[in-house]
Amino acid sequence: MAAVTPLIATSGLKKHFGGLRAVDGVDFSVMPGEVRAVIGPNGAGKTTFVSLICGRIEPTAGTISFDGSDITKLPAHRRVRAGIAYTFQITSVFSNLSAYDNVALAVQRTLTDGRAVGHLREGVMAALSATGLADRLHEIAGSLSYGHQRLLEVAMGLALKPRLLILDEPTQGLSDGEIENFVALVREVAREATVLIIEHNMPVVMALADRITVLDAGKVLAEGAPDEIRADAAVQAAYLGAGA
Amino acid sequence: MAFGPHLLLATLEGLVNSAVLALTALGLSLVFGVMRVVNVAHGEFYMLGAVLAWWVASLVSGHPALGFLVALVVSPLIVGAIALASERLVLRRLEYNPESTIVATIGLLYIFQQAALTFYGPEARPVEAPFSYRVLLPWFGYSGYKLAVIAASALLLAGTWYMLTRTKIGLVMRATQYDRETAQAFGIPVTKVYAGVFALGAMLAAVAAVLTVPISQAHYLMGRDPLLLSFIVVIIGGLGSLRGTVIAALLVGLSDGIISVFYTPTLAKIIATLLVAMVLVFRPQGLFGTAAR
Amino acid sequence: MSGESSPAKHYGLHAALIALLAVLAFLLPEYHHGVFARVMVLAVFAMGYNLLFGYAGLLSLGHAMFFSAGLYGAGLTMVHLGWGVLPAFAAGLVAGALLSLAIGFLALRTTGVAFMIVTMMFAQVFYLALFYFGSWTRGDEGLVIAQGQRRLSFAGVDLDLTSPVTRYFAALALFSLVLVVTLAVVRSRFGRVLVAIRENEERTRMLGFDAFANKLAATVLSGVICAAAGAAYAILFGYVGATFASIQYSILPLLWVLLGGAATTLGPLVGTLLMFYLIDSSGDLLKAWLPGWNLSSLGIVGVALVLLILFFPKGILGTVRERWVRWLP
Repeated sequence: MAAVTPLIATSGLKKHFGGLRAVDGVDFSVMPGEVRAVIGPNGAGKTTFVSLICGRIEPTAGTISFDGSDITKLPAHRRVRAGIAYTFQITSVFSNLSAYDNVALAVQRTLTDGRAVGHLREGVMAALSATGLADRLHEIAGSLSYGHQRLLEVAMGLALKPRLLILDEPTQGLSDGEIENFVALVREVAREATVLIIEHNMPVVMALADRITVLDAGKVLAEGAPDEIRADAAVQAAYLGAGA
Repeated sequence: MAFGPHLLLATLEGLVNSAVLALTALGLSLVFGVMRVVNVAHGEFYMLGAVLAWWVASLVSGHPALGFLVALVVSPLIVGAIALASERLVLRRLEYNPESTIVATIGLLYIFQQAALTFYGPEARPVEAPFSYRVLLPWFGYSGYKLAVIAASALLLAGTWYMLTRTKIGLVMRATQYDRETAQAFGIPVTKVYAGVFALGAMLAAVAAVLTVPISQAHYLMGRDPLLLSFIVVIIGGLGSLRGTVIAALLVGLSDGIISVFYTPTLAKIIATLLVAMVLVFRPQGLFGTAAR
Repeated sequence: MSGESSPAKHYGLHAALIALLAVLAFLLPEYHHGVFARVMVLAVFAMGYNLLFGYAGLLSLGHAMFFSAGLYGAGLTMVHLGWGVLPAFAAGLVAGALLSLAIGFLALRTTGVAFMIVTMMFAQVFYLALFYFGSWTRGDEGLVIAQGQRRLSFAGVDLDLTSPVTRYFAALALFSLVLVVTLAVVRSRFGRVLVAIRENEERTRMLGFDAFANKLAATVLSGVICAAAGAAYAILFGYVGATFASIQYSILPLLWVLLGGAATTLGPLVGTLLMFYLIDSSGDLLKAWLPGWNLSSLGIVGVALVLLILFFPKGILGTVRERWVRWLP
C-alpha cells in the first residue's frame, strides 16, 4: 500500500470563516479504489472539507493533491475535468430541464474531454439506467419525486466518469427501500471509482466504507476501519453517544 | 477672472450641484437599500417634481415666494402619491424581483416622460426664485438663492438622518433592510414599509427638483442626468449609507463642476461614467455585494 | 429545447418561415414591403440579444453599443475611407467582435443587477464617445452614405442595394443566415450549456464547465450578430446616427424579445414585427383621437414594457410553447 500514491490527499488544510475555524488543519488521504466515509456531528466541517477538495471554496491554508499533483490552485471546473465529481447535499438538479438534458450535460463534458467515447445518447441512457431512471428521461427534473431527484443527482455524478466521486449526504430523505438500492449502486460504482461519502446514516456507513474518518470541530478525531471506529471511546463520546 | 476666483466660483457651483444631487441620490439609495429595487424611473420623479412645481406656482398669484413655497410642499406630495400608486400597481405585483422591477421601472420612465410631454409640453419653463438677493463677494456677485439651496438641502439631509437613526420609523426601515423575513416575523408590516420607502425616495427627488427649478428650468427630459449621476453617487458611496451618499455627492458634484472647467463636459462625462463602471466591475461589494441573489 | 428531439420539425418550421418571407416579397404592398425589410434587419438585432438574454440568462442594458459598433464600423469606413459594401460589412463585424470581447471580459465579472448597470454605463460611454468624436461621426445629425456606394459587385453581378427588392432580399438573406445559426446554436451542446448556466451557474461549474468562458463566448456571438444587424442597417438604409447608440436602442431589443418570447428562436421576429406595427398604427390612431397632443411612440414602449413584465413575462411564443407546442425551439 505504501508504494501507491493516494488518489486524494490534503495537508494542513484550513478554512476559516472570520473567527470560525470550519476546517482546522486536516491531513487526510484516500487510496485509489477505497470507499471512504467521513462522519461527524453537525457543524464538524464535513461539507466545508469536501467543498475544499472539489474546489467550490478556496482554503485559507494547506495543500490538496490529486493523484500526486497539486490542485490547490486549480479552479473547480478543471478539477471536475480531472476526475473529481461532487454531488450536492441539497439537491441541485436543473429543475426546468428534462432528466435527459440534466445527464446530457455531464456526458457531453466527458465526451469533450475525451474521457469517454461513443454517442451522447448512449452515455445518457447508461447513466439513467444505472440509477433506474431510464423510463423517466423526458420528465422535467423539477417534477420528479425527491428520491428520484437524488438519484438524478447521482446519475449526473456517474456520467462524469469520475475517478473520485464525492457524495454529500446522498441518502438524506430517501425511503428504506431507496436506501437499499442506493447502497447497491455505490458498491457498483466503487468497482471503478474511488468514493468519498459524507453520511449520517450509520448502517449505510458500516455497509459501504472501507475506512472511516471522523471529523469534529474541523479536526480529524479518529480514522480507521469501521470496527475500530465503532470501538473508539473518543468517537463515541463526541458523536455516536451523542444521540446519533 | 483670475484663477483663484474662478476656482471659487466653480466650487460654489459644484456645492449647489452636490446639494441637489445628494438629496436625489439619497432617495435612490434608500429605495435600493431597503427594497433591493433599482428604480430606473427615479430621474422621472425628479422631473415630475420640477414640472409640477411650475404648474403649482403658475396657479398661485401674488409674491413669487408664495408660489414657490406652495410648490415646495404640494409638488413632492403629488409625486409621492404617484410613487405610491406605482409601487402598489406594479412593483408589489412583481414581488420586488430585482430584474423584473428594472424592466418595469424602465417602462414607468417612458410613461412618466411621455405623460409630461403630453400634458406639459416640450418647452423649458422656469419658476421664479422666492427672492433675488445677491451676495456680493470681492470678485463677483453670487446668487443668494443658490446659497439658500445648499442650506435647505443640508437641513433636509440632517432631517432624514435624524429620522433614519433616531426614530422608530427609521429603526423599522433598517430592520427591513437588514433582513426582510425576520422583520416580518417580528410583526413589521413589510409591504407598508416598502410603499413608504418608495414614496419617500421619490419625494426626496421631487424636493431636490423644486429647489433646482428656479436655477435651471423645468423640462420633460430633465430626468436623465440626475438619474445617471445618482447611480454614480450610490455606487461610489455605498448602498444605504447616508454618510457615503453625501460624501460621494460632494465628490461628484464638485468634480463635475471643476472638471468641466478644464475639459469639455463630454470628456468629463465619459471619464466619470467609465470610472464608475470600473468601480462596479472591480469593487462590486461596495454597492451590489449583497444584492445579487 | 433538448437537442434530443425533432431536428426535422425544427429545421422544417424555420425553412417554411424563410420561404414565406420570400414569397411575401412579391405580395406585400410597397409600404409594408419596406417595413418588412427594416423589421428583418432589426429582428437580427433582437436575435443577437435573445441569445444572451433568453438562453444564457444575461440581461444586458447596453446592446445598443454592439448594434452601433456594426453601424459605425460599416458607416465610417464607407464614408471616410470609401470602402465597398463587403469590406465595410466585415469592418462592422470586427468592431462588434472586439467591443463585445472587451465589454464581456469586464462586465461578466459582475452578475444580476450589477451586470445590467455596468452594461448600461459602458453603452453610455460609447454613446458619449460618438459626440466627443463628432468631427467624424457628426453626432446626432449623423452621416448619410452615398447611394452610389451602396452597391454590391461580385462575380460579374452588380446589385443595387438601394432598390427595394434587392434590399428586401439582402435583409432576408442576413435574417435567414442568423436564424439558422441561432437554431443550430440552441440545439448544440454549447446551447445546452448556456441554458444550464442560466438555470444554475454553480451546478454547471461543478459539471466541469467554465462558466465565464461560455458566457464570454455567448457575449461575443451575441455582439457579432447585433453588429451584423447594425452594419446591414447602415448599408441598406444609408444612414448612421448617434440615436442608434442611445439607451433607447438598448431597451428596444429587450422589449421585442420579451414580447415575442425570450429563449424562443422565432420570438425575436414576432416581437419586432408586432411592436413595429403597434407603434406605427398607434401613432396614427392617437393623432386621430387626440389631435394636438405631443404623444410619441416612447409612451407606447413604456406601457408595453410594464404590461408585458406584469402579465405576460413569457411572451407570445413562450406562452405558445408552454401551453400548446412543447417542441418549439
